[in-house]
Amino acid sequence: MSVLIFAETERGKFKKDALELASYGRSISDEIKSKLVAICINSNNPEELSKYGVDKIICVNNNDLENFNSKNFSDCISNVFLKEKSQFLILSSSSNSRYIGGILSIYTKAAYVSNVFSKPTKYKPLQLRRNSFTNKAYETVEVISDKVIISLCRNSYGIIENKVKSEVVSETFKIANNDILVSSTEKLSDKVSIADADIVVSGGRGLKGPENWHIIENLADVLGAATACSKPVSDSGWRPHSEHVGQTGKPVASNLYIAIGISGAIQHLAGINSSKIKVVINTDPDAPFFKSADYGIVGDAFEVVPELIEKLKKFKSLNN
Amino acid sequence: MKILVCISHVPDTTSKINFTENSSKFDKNNVQFVINPNDEFGLTRAIWFKEKAGAIVHVINVGLHETEATLRKTLAIGADKAFRINIEPMDGYSVAKCISDFINEKDYDLIIAGRESIDYNGGMVPGMISALNNINFIDKCVGLEIEGKKVRACRECDGGKENISTTLPLIIGSQKGLVEESDLKIPNMRGIMMARQKELIVVEPGQIDIKSKSVNFEKPKEKAEVKLISSDNLDELINLLHKEAKVI
Ligand SMILES: Cc1cc2nc3c(=O)[nH]c(=O)nc-3n(C[C@H](O)[C@H](O)[C@H](O)COP(=O)(O)OP(=O)(O)OC[C@H]3O[C@@H](n4cnc5c(N)ncnc54)[C@H](O)[C@@H]3O)c2cc1C
Ligand SMILES: Nc1ncnc2c1ncn2[C@@H]1O[C@H](COP(=O)(O)O)[C@@H](O)[C@H]1O
Repeated sequence: MSVLIFAETERGKFKKDALELASYGRSISDEIKSKLVAICINSNNPEELSKYGVDKIICVNNNDLENFNSKNFSDCISNVFLKEKSQFLILSSSSNSRYIGGILSIYTKAAYVSNVFSKPTKYKPLQLRRNSFTNKAYETVEVISDKVIISLCRNSYGIIENKVKSEVVSETFKIANNDILVSSTEKLSDKVSIADADIVVSGGRGLKGPENWHIIENLADVLGAATACSKPVSDSGWRPHSEHVGQTGKPVASNLYIAIGISGAIQHLAGINSSKIKVVINTDPDAPFFKSADYGIVGDAFEVVPELIEKLKKFKSLNN
Repeated sequence: MKILVCISHVPDTTSKINFTENSSKFDKNNVQFVINPNDEFGLTRAIWFKEKAGAIVHVINVGLHETEATLRKTLAIGADKAFRINIEPMDGYSVAKCISDFINEKDYDLIIAGRESIDYNGGMVPGMISALNNINFIDKCVGLEIEGKKVRACRECDGGKENISTTLPLIIGSQKGLVEESDLKIPNMRGIMMARQKELIVVEPGQIDIKSKSVNFEKPKEKAEVKLISSDNLDELINLLHKEAKVI
């Protein structure tokens, strides 16, 4: 019996999500009194996971797994799952992990529950809470299987240190040939992606045109944030599609979401509602977004944002 | 080329969501249903393959009689034939299994499902079908070109894109980018008339296995009133974000 997490790495380093999965996995392990095991692929520093409560760290180091491949990764993780006789497999909600969740559930014959945002509310039978209807509702799901794959929403549990003595083992994995070949990748920029960002700065039609986006970008730079936009902004070609957030765009689950010149239409809110803190800057005090926000400033973005940037620069220089 | 597009019938994005039967079921009353947006992008790409390369386009839904209006709409947009597996969808696994069994008896080259449905947001059906039927799978597909059996596809990943080459048969998780919003077709009168002549075949399901079930639903609590900060007091905002919210 064990709880297994897939601890994702990027260029050898654990992603923040991996540490959150370890913390979450630890709490389930404690409750069902089983071991917490992690599988990590090409990690430079696997021991880091012992700080977050992982008892056994299984390392697969293989140059052929340097780039993500859905088939190889699914094979590798499901092998470990079966070998470790795991009952739980916990995945993050990164694009790569979401890609393989469904595949893994068939390979391991486990139930699959995605978008989970809290610890199980019950173990026998297992009940989990998840976001559904694009953040318009919470759903409690009962698992009808003795094995389950959970994909955990980002930032829903947090990172909790819990140092244990862990065993680090390395496993070999033989790559089977497959015909999904990644021929090239295009990185959008060196900035953080919306999926990985703690802070997202987002602009809407209130910014009037693409030539004004430097104020969004400058604010994002000071905060180390990713930039995003509302749907009409990307539809008009002011910004790339990859920045469109909302019900039909990317979901945002950051710690802080700053919405500038965005009215707060239901489809926009649905996609960003699971962000923890929302700040709205809008000229119209009746903009619907104020109803969903934590902090609001009624004001003109072209005046407020540049001033905010200057003040944040000062704040950052004093606090770093 | 034979294409199957999986169509999920979902509440319109503006719908207010309510629950009935002791909060255990989604309340379908007064809800406008539409083609799941991610599926509509996929369907549109399929119709292009039909128009440019003579592909045959079938659509499938796992659902009760009520979904037929949505299926008729896909026929009006240009799909050739629709199938409905006559059962209320219970979980992602059972839907994937129904579609997988259906595919097993046919020879589709390309299967298109949405990356995620906007109702239950499972994001699981296409991956499950790919594993059940052992066919290649590309999730979050934002580009798809096919020549013979060869496929060049583009996938969105966190922070970028990947160009992928693979072969048919293939299943994709479709989303915006595969075609643009402005490419979506609104059915015209002729399409609607023609759709009436097209076949909509009801298939009875085989044995159903489920791996999870919904127990109940809850709506998020009303948010506390927003704290308004005057625009001449931005230091206060920074202070609140730092000390109270602890996010900067
Ligand atoms: C099927 C469907 C799916 C959709 N999916 C999405 C989605 O995923 N994501 C999404 O975002 N939208 C989506 N939409 C669109 C959505 O309904 C809204 O139209 C859209 O979110 C509005 O974008 P906006 O807030 O940028 O623009 P607007 O609604 O035009 O709002 C602009 C705001 O800027 C404010 N403003 C103007 N000038 C200034 C200034 N100088 N300083 C500060 N504020 C200013 C205005 O007061 C206003 O509130 C969808 C719609 C449909 C029908
Ligand atoms: N009941 C259904 N009938 C047909 N296709 C479905 C059904 N449910 C989900 N799908 C397909 O699977 C995709 C992903 O759905 P989900 O896994 O529920 O998020 C949808 O976009 C559809 O293409």
